[in-house]
Amino acid sequence: MYKKILLAADGSDHSIRAAEHALALANITANSHIDIVNIIDSETAKTEVLKFGESHMLDDKRREKLHGVEDVLKSEVSYEVHIVHGEPGPTLVKRANENDYDVVVVGSRGLNNLQSMVLGSVSHKVAKRVNCPVMIIK
Amino acid sequence: MKTGTLKQQWLGNGVKAEVLAGIVVALALIPEAIAFSIIAGVDPQVGLYAAFCIAVVIAFVGGRPGMISGATGAMALLMVTLVANEGLEYLLAATVLTGILQVLFGVFKLSSVMKFVPRSVLVGFVNALAILIFMAQLDHFEGAGWQMYAFTAAALFIIYLFPKVSKSVPSTLVAIVVITGVVIFTGSGVSTVGDMGALPDTLPMFLIPEIPLTFETLAIIFPYALSLAMVGLLESLLTATIVDDMTQSDSDKDKESRGQGYANVATGFFGGMAGCAMIGQSVINVKSGAAGRLSSLVAGTVLMGMILLLGDLVVQIPLAALAGVMIMVSISTFDWNSVFTIHKVPKTDAAVMVVTVSTVVITHDLSIGVLAGVILSAIFFAAKISKVKVTNIAEDTAKRHYEVDGQLFFASVTDFIKSFKYDDTVEEVTIDLNKAHLWDDSAVDALERVKTKFEQNDITVHVVGLNKESSELVERAAAAMKAGGH
Repeated sequence: MYKKILLAADGSDHSIRAAEHALALANITANSHIDIVNIIDSETAKTEVLKFGESHMLDDKRREKLHGVEDVLKSEVSYEVHIVHGEPGPTLVKRANENDYDVVVVGSRGLNNLQSMVLGSVSHKVAKRVNCPVMIIK
Repeated sequence: MKTGTLKQQWLGNGVKAEVLAGIVVALALIPEAIAFSIIAGVDPQVGLYAAFCIAVVIAFVGGRPGMISGATGAMALLMVTLVANEGLEYLLAATVLTGILQVLFGVFKLSSVMKFVPRSVLVGFVNALAILIFMAQLDHFEGAGWQMYAFTAAALFIIYLFPKVSKSVPSTLVAIVVITGVVIFTGSGVSTVGDMGALPDTLPMFLIPEIPLTFETLAIIFPYALSLAMVGLLESLLTATIVDDMTQSDSDKDKESRGQGYANVATGFFGGMAGCAMIGQSVINVKSGAAGRLSSLVAGTVLMGMILLLGDLVVQIPLAALAGVMIMVSISTFDWNSVFTIHKVPKTDAAVMVVTVSTVVITHDLSIGVLAGVILSAIFFAAKISKVKVTNIAEDTAKRHYEVDGQLFFASVTDFIKSFKYDDTVEEVTIDLNKAHLWDDSAVDALERVKTKFEQNDITVHVVGLNKESSELVERAAAAMKAGGH
């Protein structure tokens, strides 16, 4: 049923819990696969360049932030990490709709609380516009 | 990651995307170029000519396609006293000299020198810049009536809420148009761009700055040109790295340094003030879909075209609307993350950031702040790095475990050797180097001496936890000893 799962994750506690739910969904079907997608928006890019400097260092740091999420899935299910640049909502929607996922799992709130207060949460935008079922982890 | 073919470099994500992004950027550039001229104390036309010249020249010679350069707040703030004391012609001459220095910087491939500016100094730099831009706006409110406050508040309201309605037009432009419309319609007598000086009515023309070509002139402009060149490159290379990251592509930083130089030489001769890359505008550009050189060319030409066509309307833009835009610019320039996480970063990093910011706010000079920050971090670094901590735990009566924490090199080995108890009663000691790093021959020698001293007292030594580089260093030293026939 849920063979191809998109897990939106930024390394926050919310996204770690989302990973646990994604794993539960993955376990329903044999040979399922989870794509962990971390979206870097321009504000995050700016902050992280200021904080870490060079680009190869950035990639490492970004992978590092997702270790908590990876720990949940490691040795349980096949997964892959994708770090994508763009605005979180639209980028996630585009990716989900273009790649025939069976389900999208997102946390209700990520690391960027301020932004979700001003612009409304990414998860609601995703739920509205993605064609497949969306699971929002509260 | 590669820089791509000429066609890719120019067209990035396609002609349509580039042109549209260029237009959006042009619209967002106009209020900023005017506002930065006002900060520098020159006519708005100086900033507008600069934005035009720099954006067009950098489109051809820049090293980072997709990045937008123009008149900036950082540069404007550095020229205030020069303009006030010596006038515009000296500023133009300083701008040309800034460009020459930047070209030299690029020719000698010095962009890697920027690595020596620590991250916390960079953070301090952008935060100080944001504070100065904000403070510069407060001047407009001195003695102003309630309308000034009301219009600025209204402008900010539109800037932050209009994106909820539509994201295709820059909200700053919408704010400017709406506020200007209201002011013209109600005829309220608030001060406008027209009160601040002339706007261009022709394309910029090539002119040699009217200054005496003497050593005295050079002595006046050189310090300004040096600060402008350094700050311009600092902000440009920082912006280039952000664009690299956003577009997932690499760029030639030395070419960008030279490009910034050519652009400043050109803008100086065409009556514009020195400028550099703009973080905010580059982000707008990339978000609008651009990744090539074309968008910068379009942005420059559209900006000039609009000013020439709509000059009569531009002079009526109230300063209140521009103040709103500048307050937004300062809020988005500020690295808020650095304040929210200040308790989490090392205390020395936080101190460097705070010292950089306060130096700039007190001196109003970004380059002095950066210098102070760099010196302070160097001192902290030297103090931190030469400290080696050795702790020991007695495992039982016959064994002792030493844990070494720190960098072992010529400056720290003396303390390191002194940290052990050689006349111990135990039979075995373990030296755990998991948290240590050996850097040079002095470190290898020191470790050997520690071992020998223990062995002289019949204590067996086990060295554990050498990291890869350190153990390679030890092996190399051993090999060299053999080769040397010892």
